[in-house]
Amino acid sequence: MSTAAAPASSVPAGARSGWWEAVQPAARDPILGVTEAFLADSDPKKVNVGVGAYRNDEGKPVVLECVRKAEQIIAGKQNMEYLPMGGLVKFNDLSVKLAYGDTAPVLEEKRVAAVQTLSGTGACRLFADFQKRFKPDSRIYIPVPTWANHHNIWRDARVEAHTFRYYKPSTRGLDFEGLMEDLKKAPEGSFVLLHACAHNPTGVDPTADQWKEMSQLFKSNRLFPFFDMAYQGFASGDTVRDAQAIRIFMEDGHQLACAQSFAKNMGLYGQRVGCLSVVCDNSQQAVNVKSQLQQIARPMYSNPPLHGAQIVTTVLSDPELKEQWYKEVKVMADRIIGMREALKSNLEKLGSSLPWKHITEQIGMFCYSGLTEDQVDRLTKEFHIYMTRNGRISMAGVTTGNVEYLANAIHEVTK
Amino acid sequence: MEATSAAAASVFDHLEQAPEDPILGITVAYNKDPHPGKVNLGVGAYRTEEGKPLILNVVRRAEERLLADRSKNKEYLPITGLADFNKRSAMLILGSDSPAIVEKRLVTAQCLSGTGSLRVGAEFLARHYGVKLVFLPTPTWGNHFKVFMNAGLAVKTYRYYDNKTRGLDYEGMLEDIGAAPSGSVILLHACAHNPTGVDPTPQQWEGIRQAIRNRGHLPFFDSAYQGFASGSLDKDAHAVRTFVADGGECFIAQSFAKNLGLYGERVGALSIVTKSSGVATRVESQLKLVIRPMYSNPPIHGASIVALVLGDGDLFSEWTVELKGMADRIISMRHKLYDALRARGTPGDWTHILKQIGMFSFTGLNKEQVQFMTREYRIYMTLDGRISMAGLSLKTVPLLADAIHAAVTGAKA
Repeated sequence: MSTAAAPASSVPAGARSGWWEAVQPAARDPILGVTEAFLADSDPKKVNVGVGAYRNDEGKPVVLECVRKAEQIIAGKQNMEYLPMGGLVKFNDLSVKLAYGDTAPVLEEKRVAAVQTLSGTGACRLFADFQKRFKPDSRIYIPVPTWANHHNIWRDARVEAHTFRYYKPSTRGLDFEGLMEDLKKAPEGSFVLLHACAHNPTGVDPTADQWKEMSQLFKSNRLFPFFDMAYQGFASGDTVRDAQAIRIFMEDGHQLACAQSFAKNMGLYGQRVGCLSVVCDNSQQAVNVKSQLQQIARPMYSNPPLHGAQIVTTVLSDPELKEQWYKEVKVMADRIIGMREALKSNLEKLGSSLPWKHITEQIGMFCYSGLTEDQVDRLTKEFHIYMTRNGRISMAGVTTGNVEYLANAIHEVTK
Repeated sequence: MEATSAAAASVFDHLEQAPEDPILGITVAYNKDPHPGKVNLGVGAYRTEEGKPLILNVVRRAEERLLADRSKNKEYLPITGLADFNKRSAMLILGSDSPAIVEKRLVTAQCLSGTGSLRVGAEFLARHYGVKLVFLPTPTWGNHFKVFMNAGLAVKTYRYYDNKTRGLDYEGMLEDIGAAPSGSVILLHACAHNPTGVDPTPQQWEGIRQAIRNRGHLPFFDSAYQGFASGSLDKDAHAVRTFVADGGECFIAQSFAKNLGLYGERVGALSIVTKSSGVATRVESQLKLVIRPMYSNPPIHGASIVALVLGDGDLFSEWTVELKGMADRIISMRHKLYDALRARGTPGDWTHILKQIGMFSFTGLNKEQVQFMTREYRIYMTLDGRISMAGLSLKTVPLLADAIHAAVTGAKA
């Protein structure tokens, strides 16, 4: 960078070299880059089973009817004033009720600090920054595998990250022994990232008994449970059932934290609606924690966006709309479950010698197929099928129209 | 190991309650006050003559169109946001014929209003820029400090406001810019300086530009009031455009909170003007790495509204009229307040109220006087003496004038 002073009267700054020559091109995001590539492909048979956004059986994005109705109610009435730093209070109240239960004791005792966030990502990031600020020497334990952005989030928050075993390739199921072994070695005071349901990318969830065992371990070893819940309602079709892990930990008296996203279960993806909640000892502590979370949010984005939070609040506070939402979420979950069954039976019909029962055993939006990177590349090059290179298939992108084609292609590259 | 009891203390037990934000906390205090005659002159949000928030007509019309269009979905935006919004936002601040646009040496990313644009820009600088030092004017918007510090940059200040003249300390500013280590980031308020309302003249801007370019500094513009300062969008963009015209690089954080009344929808853009389109592409890829672990992608609603308004000739024209209407009402409040103080014979020279530009007036009142006014007259404002002129109306001007008069003549220093 030049430090020579040019004469004051002529300042051809254009003559000096710029500051960004050394900036290297960054790698494409592994998930969002897939959709970019899909969009650029002109082949009519192309299939996008990359990003985890729900599609109906025509392969189209869906705006839920309860959301459309909510938007009609909101339209023309509200002002657009700044929300408080912690977001829409009513939204926060409804979110935590959804996560913990309407009559959860921690809510009645006002022991939960809750702030509205930029969807699930924003909730995780806010918590990671909070963890760094108040527990600077603590670690985060992240399952293997996980949503890739989790690592980025805790890295940017400068929290020391470790991993624990989660997925067992040989069974395409949970490596529970490995998980318990690894977490037993975690120092006291460590934070552990848990997917509340519909683990991303594997779709493999612990059973209720396994959750209970984990809860006991967390208590005896003083590990902090941080739940990322991005699929409540979406996994089984039942919002209460999908929150069972959290409820199990709550019953055991844990003071946990939870990142909630309404991107998938209310189809509000681009609206960026989420909630971060932290269970505290008492109501004063909850006030303290909330105030500190706000201190982190203020220099990041000042206050969260209004529209999406208004939609969620309208839907959850209107009994009819809420009922409609439960139904629509179940429709989405059921369609995905149906596609799992269809994909598995198609592969079996083709005479594939490989085991495919994991397709229907896994839950939620994703199927961890077990395909290798080379096989995935072949699917893309030869069949114009787009998925992330870890073999994760977004079942939401599978339709009655493409499931046979998809099964054929998978069979071709795996036989 | 023994099972610990369910009543084990929280790991966050040692936390204290954080203080209220100095600006947003004013509204919190105002809301708590049951007194009917209270006046909120704290946060810079426009109010009508009736003291109500205003949703612009063009915004309502744009929202109606969006609502009626069932083909619109709510899918994730790309990491850098809505492309149409980005393109039009850049054109708005730079001018559609800007060399940066024509030569494709520009990266624009939709961010969370002004705050988010500043923060993403700051994070990018902390990672990729050699001089990790930002200079902020004294005074400046309170949140600027934490935005840059939390991103990992060191923060220093340069002289800006002259208490004695209630104008710009031009010499002091040039001196401090000249003394700053070469390559420092210099934060500049593009127009309608917050909180003082004191802007450089065009001649002074030219001197500032030369000083900055001479030292090889990097200018970072915070443009939160384009259109609000003079009532003209182009006029208010003048300073930014001269910096781009000289061929050098700069950062620009834009907010649509005030000028389109979109406050809570958090609509803004970060533009980075670079030397070449090749650099711009690489810079954009690195910006994505900052954004993805922060919030993945920005919210769609507000940006869709802005893109519609900026892209439709009728809506755009109507917007310029509404914008001028807001700016004119503020100017008229300045006159009313000045006249009211003169009528009361309030000691002091209050012409700065007329000379200052934009949403705020830096009254010159001190902390004790402000606290007196809040206590005795229910006037809510920030302790630095800043009042949001946009919060005044014909009805409340007399009350404010009474309060200022009492504070200046009676309150203890």
